Amino acid sequence: MAEATANGLGQHALHGTHAQDAATTAAAHAEVHQEHPIKLYLVVWAWLFILSTCSYLVDYFGIHGYLRWSLILIFMMLKAGLIVAVFMHMAWERLAMMYAIVLPPILVLVFVTMMVLEADYTLLTRIAFFGPGP
Amino acid sequence: MAETSLMHTDQMAARPAGWRGIAADWASDQRAFKNVSWGKAMMWIFLLSDTFIFGCFLLSYMTARISTRVPWPNPSEVFALRIGGSEIPLILIAIMTFVLISSSGTMAMAVNFGYRRDRRKTAILMLLTAALGATFVGMQAFEWTKLITEGVRPWGNPWGAAQFGSSFFMITGFHGTHVTIGVIFLIIVARKVWRGDFDVGRPGFFTSRRGRYENVEIMGLYWHFVDLVWVFIFAFFYLW
Repeated sequence: MAEATANGLGQHALHGTHAQDAATTAAAHAEVHQEHPIKLYLVVWAWLFILSTCSYLVDYFGIHGYLRWSLILIFMMLKAGLIVAVFMHMAWERLAMMYAIVLPPILVLVFVTMMVLEADYTLLTRIAFFGPGP
Repeated sequence: MAETSLMHTDQMAARPAGWRGIAADWASDQRAFKNVSWGKAMMWIFLLSDTFIFGCFLLSYMTARISTRVPWPNPSEVFALRIGGSEIPLILIAIMTFVLISSSGTMAMAVNFGYRRDRRKTAILMLLTAALGATFVGMQAFEWTKLITEGVRPWGNPWGAAQFGSSFFMITGFHGTHVTIGVIFLIIVARKVWRGDFDVGRPGFFTSRRGRYENVEIMGLYWHFVDLVWVFIFAFFYLW
């Protein structure tokens, strides 16, 4: 603040209200602008196309079972990672920011586990009372 | 007094990195996100909360799909289109995916040109993003119409488990709403860029606050999030 105010007083000595503006402008310079070469975005774009095509081909060729599910998950995570890291610039943020945003959604996996157990139990009771599916 | 804890770029280099950095950034009465503006931090926190909303939708879909005794309709066949006399599985969804990814690409480049203060290119790329987004919503409207005429309802469908319809309309409907809102805001921000609002510091019509070119990046965060959610919907609802 000290430096910013000194700056503001120098430029806007007569306009008390504008000192605040000068302070905010000075503060804004500390915030990093995310500027990267266009080529990086084009490469990521191309990769997203390739990965989407791959996940579409999984369905097109009718791959089934665990291979299908693991391929879908791998392509999904790679795409999500590229979007968050490069397009949303998360890769260049400080760890404090990264962890505050990325860690909480991972905790949803606990919820997933709970609901898988609950759904399995529901299916079991449904089969026990109504018999196997029609 | 938020400025008190702001760091200048030369001071940033002196701050510790890694785990020590986390403890140092979060510790005591100070601003946690050192080099991120409030606008950007708040957009991230909004997106985090939105992640939980979509997470809950996908979870309820998962629970419904696991717990039903009735077989789940095969999305590969349900979303197939007849092109040139042969059924191509999931083709419309694949095209929608490519359209949305392309819009994310143009948005990323718009952010880049925004920081270079290239008003023309930024506005054009943002309008292109909005056009691709609108195309996506249009294709979704087509998909909904097709499914509704085939008899899919939230309470039942001709092919299997009744929960298919409710999950489908809920998840894709909410995502489509997000895309629509995104398109509207893209047009608003593109107009501001085109007019040079961020160069002359013209007050916004609603908040009366001066915008900066960072607004384009914040808009971009929202748009990329919409694309991100589609990645998960595509994997879990259409491909699983």
